Amino acid sequence: MSQQGTLHRPMGVSLMSSKEPLLRVEGLKKYYEAENDFLSQLLGRSKTVKAVDGVSLEIGEGETFGLVGESGCGKSTIGRTILQLEEPTAGSVYFRGQDITKLSSEELRNLRTEMQVIFQNPHSSLNPRLTVNDIIGEAFEIHDIGTESERDTRIKELLERVGLNASHANRYPHEFSGGQLQRIGIARALAVDPDFIVCDEPVSALDVSVQAQILNLLEDLQAEFGISYLFIAHDLSVVEHIADRIAVMYLGEIAEYGTPEELFTPPQHPYTEALLSAIPEADPRWDGNRIILEGTVPSPINPPSGCKFHTRCPKVIPPAGYALEQDEWRAILSLRTRIDNGNIPLDQFSGDIATAIREEYDIPDTIPADVDRILSEALEAVAVDDFERASSMLDKELETPCAVHNPAIRSTANGQVACHLFDDRYADGTVYPETTREAN
Amino acid sequence: MAPTTPERTTERGRIRISGFDPDVVASREPLSSWTPELEATEGKGRLEYAWERFKRNRLALFGTGVIVFMVLLAVFARPIELPDSLPVLAGQVIQPFSLAPVSPGTQDLINAHNPPTLENLAAWPPSPLGIFGTDWAGRDLFSRVIYGGRWSLSIGFIAVAVALFIGIPLGSIAGYYGGKIDEAIMRVVDMLYAFPFIVLAIAVIAILGRGYWELVLALVAVGWLPYARIIRGEILSVKENEYVAAAKALGATDRMIIIRHILPNAMAPVIVQATLSVGTIVLAAAALGFIGLGLSPASAEWGVMLNVEQDSIARGRWWAGVFPGLAIFTFVMAINLLGDGVRDAFDPQGDRTGSGGMR
Repeated sequence: MSQQGTLHRPMGVSLMSSKEPLLRVEGLKKYYEAENDFLSQLLGRSKTVKAVDGVSLEIGEGETFGLVGESGCGKSTIGRTILQLEEPTAGSVYFRGQDITKLSSEELRNLRTEMQVIFQNPHSSLNPRLTVNDIIGEAFEIHDIGTESERDTRIKELLERVGLNASHANRYPHEFSGGQLQRIGIARALAVDPDFIVCDEPVSALDVSVQAQILNLLEDLQAEFGISYLFIAHDLSVVEHIADRIAVMYLGEIAEYGTPEELFTPPQHPYTEALLSAIPEADPRWDGNRIILEGTVPSPINPPSGCKFHTRCPKVIPPAGYALEQDEWRAILSLRTRIDNGNIPLDQFSGDIATAIREEYDIPDTIPADVDRILSEALEAVAVDDFERASSMLDKELETPCAVHNPAIRSTANGQVACHLFDDRYADGTVYPETTREAN
Repeated sequence: MAPTTPERTTERGRIRISGFDPDVVASREPLSSWTPELEATEGKGRLEYAWERFKRNRLALFGTGVIVFMVLLAVFARPIELPDSLPVLAGQVIQPFSLAPVSPGTQDLINAHNPPTLENLAAWPPSPLGIFGTDWAGRDLFSRVIYGGRWSLSIGFIAVAVALFIGIPLGSIAGYYGGKIDEAIMRVVDMLYAFPFIVLAIAVIAILGRGYWELVLALVAVGWLPYARIIRGEILSVKENEYVAAAKALGATDRMIIIRHILPNAMAPVIVQATLSVGTIVLAAAALGFIGLGLSPASAEWGVMLNVEQDSIARGRWWAGVFPGLAIFTFVMAINLLGDGVRDAFDPQGDRTGSGGMR
């Protein structure tokens, strides 16, 4: 056994220049082919799922970067793509200034000692056929680090460091509890002495009491070894506890960046606001107004135009020139989304279909006459099953920047937000031509 | 006194826990002598659990016993000599025991003592001289049946082993890499599956000719298909486990990941299938022997023995067909009992059978 590597790198030796962040992600995209069977390939009929659609972020040395969002918004995909477990469709990942998407597999293998990962489900992230000793020691075998006895000592050290008994090294994963398994997973990641760890929902499969222990362990390890974390979670209160900066994701894009303080201080992105309002409060007299978002997350195969959140946003900018209240506008927008998707079962309505639709989908009576006229025309088209005409009519007459332009990230008083509400030019609801927006 | 409705508030964080110092909890006097322990006191792998379940299954143990018995009979039927082609040890006897009373090829065994009838020239019914009787050529059936196990059993085990050796790597590659490689391998499997088993084996023998290794090859040609399919399906699900991604993140090579992480977790159904198909292969070899495509008519392979005695029952020589047939039946039944036992042993819920619910 040769000794190509050493177990410990001397602390404080930094290979990077002072300005460059440890990790920089630029315009990362990851698309998957859906319906990827042989026949549809032959027919050239494949669909793409845009799991991650142009994400940029920077993580500094010793920093914890929180990434939150609901299930299926692409947060785990970002983590895996950064680690090159999945090849990005586009974009670059710079680690210490080096674009690791262009590395050869051999160079990438060496880099694996710098970047590690901790997974969500400790029961499936540890091979049930291997002992703890083999699981943690695998890194040493792969990278040919240390002699047999050095490895043994190091494994025992790691187990003690993550709060387990060193004598447990010869046991199998099924003999441990979830929290203990997660500690083993952390020990495995620490074995190669990494500078950056992707924590892919490391506590969401654990009991609340164990969650706190694991979070504290992660913080202690960060303080001791100066590790940077990309902390992926769907629980804002967990991220608030551990992260230095947070990014909120929606449908493959980042909606808002900021420190926890910035994120929790209004004004925020409407999505962040809704997420924050859903954090439970242990106060029997608390009566917060929880914002309930309409509908479900749209399919990433066919995401909405413009701002991807506009189909559910409670604060969509009303079209210019109409005196629409927000709730009226929201009701019309929801109906419009249904019409766009052809999601109105016409055969279930009887009598005057237009009126029945208004009743069924709770269109308020109070909407201004000019808007009402457009809506009536559109509903007439729907009644004769011409969804396309109705859809294009509503799109043209009731045009909102939210449905046309994809908002860029803008700096605000509290962090950076991708929302037209923070863009003064859209204040009156006028849709500027694309060129003006690009020029900005 | 009527309860007063408390005032509602939208303010967050009104209730806070203060004065809680985690260090105090860590350093205080323990409340009791209890210390958290691991769930199990002793390490046990899944194979050990499977073995324990298997040991409790009496039918499977019986089947195993029968197979071991038949294998021992076959091995110790006649002495084994090293082949003459070996330079120094040629002709050396490595197994001196001889359970079979006579060599399976010895003819006119009983004729020397008793006059044959007109109808059955050299065949004699079971008698103290030969407890299974003799066949048409006057060869001792008891000797032939136990010696014949050497052919039948070895074909079963070798053909399955070779089929595993082909099926597992191909299925693993198809399942792990996916995409075009997967398509190519699995379409070949589908194509071969489209042929009836026996027809494909006959075609291979028709091309290669008759013989022991030709027969094994014919059985392997179709025998590897189920293993490739099963292992591919298993790997498709096992490779989604996060420990595979973790190994990749550690920089493990594909070969290491397949051998160390994926195959051990995907093998159980293949082991079950392999055990069960030893019986099928022995039957198929016998069937090929019966239609005259197996080993040479002079060999003592059980299927061949049935073939050369096709008309025996019509001529009243029931023993000539019954004993080789019984040997095939016993072995296949025993291997099926064993296979069922292996399958139950790998099924964690098999633990509960017979105990009427939770224990």
